Amino acid sequence: MKIDEKTNQAPVDNRESVTFGTDRNKDFSKEPLCLSGKDVTRIFQTGKTTTTAVDHVNFEFHKGELISIVGESGSGKTTLSKMLLGLLEPSSGEIFYRGEPRDISTGAKKRQYWKGIQAIFQDPFSSYNVFHKIDNVLLDCINMRGGRNLSKDEKFAMMTEACSFVNLKFAELTNKYPFELSGGQMQRLMIARIFLLKPEILLADEPTSMIDACSRATILDMLLNLRNETGMTVIFITHDIGLAYYISDSIYIMEHGKFVESGKAEEVILNPKAPYTKRLISDVPKIHEPWDLSTVG
Amino acid sequence: MKSTLRNIFHSPRFMVGFIIFMVMVLTVLIYPYFITRDPLVSLGKGFLEPGTYFSIYDANNASTYRMELPEATMNRLETSLPLADRQLILDFLKAKGADLSDLDTSNDKVGELIEAWTANYDEADVKASKYEGFTTQAKRRALARLNTKLSSSASSDVMTITRGDGEEATTSSISDTDYARVDQVANAITLPLGTDNFGRDTLTELVKATGVSLIIGLIAGSIATLLGLLVGLLAGYIGGIVDDILMFIANIFTVIPGFVLLILIYYSVGQESRGVVTCAVVIGLTSWVWTARSVRSQVISLRNRDHVNLSKLSGHSLFRIVTTDILPYIASYVVMAFILQVSSGILAEAQLSLLGLGPKTTDVPTLGLMMNWAKLFGAYTSSNAWWAYFPVILVIALTSFSLNLMNTGLDQVFNPTLRD
Ligand SMILES: Nc1ncnc2c1ncn2[C@@H]1O[C@H](COP(=O)(O)OP(=O)(O)OP(=O)(O)O)[C@@H](O)[C@H]1O
Ligand SMILES: [Mg+2]
Repeated sequence: MKIDEKTNQAPVDNRESVTFGTDRNKDFSKEPLCLSGKDVTRIFQTGKTTTTAVDHVNFEFHKGELISIVGESGSGKTTLSKMLLGLLEPSSGEIFYRGEPRDISTGAKKRQYWKGIQAIFQDPFSSYNVFHKIDNVLLDCINMRGGRNLSKDEKFAMMTEACSFVNLKFAELTNKYPFELSGGQMQRLMIARIFLLKPEILLADEPTSMIDACSRATILDMLLNLRNETGMTVIFITHDIGLAYYISDSIYIMEHGKFVESGKAEEVILNPKAPYTKRLISDVPKIHEPWDLSTVG
Repeated sequence: MKSTLRNIFHSPRFMVGFIIFMVMVLTVLIYPYFITRDPLVSLGKGFLEPGTYFSIYDANNASTYRMELPEATMNRLETSLPLADRQLILDFLKAKGADLSDLDTSNDKVGELIEAWTANYDEADVKASKYEGFTTQAKRRALARLNTKLSSSASSDVMTITRGDGEEATTSSISDTDYARVDQVANAITLPLGTDNFGRDTLTELVKATGVSLIIGLIAGSIATLLGLLVGLLAGYIGGIVDDILMFIANIFTVIPGFVLLILIYYSVGQESRGVVTCAVVIGLTSWVWTARSVRSQVISLRNRDHVNLSKLSGHSLFRIVTTDILPYIASYVVMAFILQVSSGILAEAQLSLLGLGPKTTDVPTLGLMMNWAKLFGAYTSSNAWWAYFPVILVIALTSFSLNLMNTGLDQVFNPTLRD
């Protein structure tokens, strides 16, 4: 699979090295389990109304796999990702980490768990502490990776490199406050964090929703390269089934809090069984035509 | 940050409140450098009206200047014509059948009274008139004497003063054209707000009391805000059992009205050990609940924000998250709550003192104590000494008004949706 030649804006030099789907046929079910869940449920109670945001979902994410969770707005994707991150308690059901029941009952255990898992949150505007300069976000990442004692210049070089992966010039952003950045810049900076952190698991909740199509292709390239390099498990949340097909190993289709279909990307997209999946696919007009990234998303 | 500060100082409401408040604070700070006497020292006896007082004794010793003011006689008559004489004039005019409709015996009518007298008095006429009974002769003489007295403006009067007694007595005389300059009189004092029931200078006392009440407000407000902030942050951020326990305690404080609690604690402490600081601490300890509640609800809405989540994922400690990711977001709110707490602390002290449960009365005055004294010694009623309580009420009202104005000003800046 190749990026469409028509996308001729801002040529990206490493285009030929794109590795999407190079391992498309790799069977991840043989890899060790990374995250899995059994009957994971989350009910929200506000006043008299109860919302079942996530309803008895079962899943198995393997090490190194790129999983997409696809569903329309309000289907419970963000809620599920918050539970996977350990930021929200499931109402019932159990989540397993590396095959063992996940234990994050104390603050120390939580912090230990969070060492290996990172996230790109859906809303970049609320992801920043508005009182801190954006440099802090990246410096935190360097510190977390044990770079606290590096010299100023070394840190600057690392931050500049991370920003270059997401088409940002760090020199232009340094010393700015979040409100001085555009939504897309904020989102790209959140992705830049991942290049500094190189986490074991990445939960990306619509990480490129505000980025222009051209940059998006490059950034996703970079992210997938990183994943190939480090064997990172990526859980990619999107409402865009086309994009999901394009990058994932397996796909979970979510409707009203339930997984209505799941499996290898090709099986799900080329042979959809659930009516909801069929509808999602038919909503993407060019699904069987060559990929044109400029229309994706 | 800088632009927020600029907005605050461009908010007219905040500025008006701030200026009133600063004027009060500066007065409290600067006044003692000019008037150095102890605010609780007794200068006289009972309520003295506002005015300049000087020693008559010392005035005799001051250099004299000769002055002949044209209104001197009239002024003298206005303050010194005896009531009996005024009545005599009225009766005389009545007998003459003159129009009495707007004449009476009050001070400011003396001028008109004398004018009517001069217009109607006629010596021959009086001599010819017959007055009832054997008093006719006496009456004629009385009227003639009064006429002399009233028309003697040109002639001068001399007063003789004797000092010492026996052989060593010396005499000096003062003419009615002798004047002394007030600032050359050895003992003179201006009391812009008179004195209170203990004869203490009300203005000096009021300035001191304002300072003490502001300190009470600041201490009470700081304690209430810090305690409320701490409880609210812990309950809101940690949640769970910590939240339940803290909110249970807060509920107890809500169910038992703070004021009743205040009175009970206060009463049990006993007046002698109730200093200003004790008073402030007790007020602070009973008024933190609403700050705690509102901080808690703000924290609950913040703790699930993604920047807090990101901070958690970055491995930050609870302390760091609370201080860097939560506290700055509610700081403006806390400042506003603090201002209101200061204001209500001052009011609480006034209420308590009015009930006789204020700080002990021998140390320093407070606004509440001044109100209490005014009430106890009948300034509102029998003495009608408005200067002993009205300025105090005004200061309490102004403090509260300025603080609340600052608060609404801040509110408009921090919550721009309220901007009109
Ligand atoms: N904190 C909350 N309290 C109450 N209800 C919630 C809460 N968070 C989510 N919900 C509800 O849960 C459901 C799923 O929300 P969720 O945010 O997981 O959807 P989503 O799939 O991420 O949607 P989108 O694509 O728009 O981001 C929604 O109906 C939402 O109203
Ligand atoms: Mg979402």
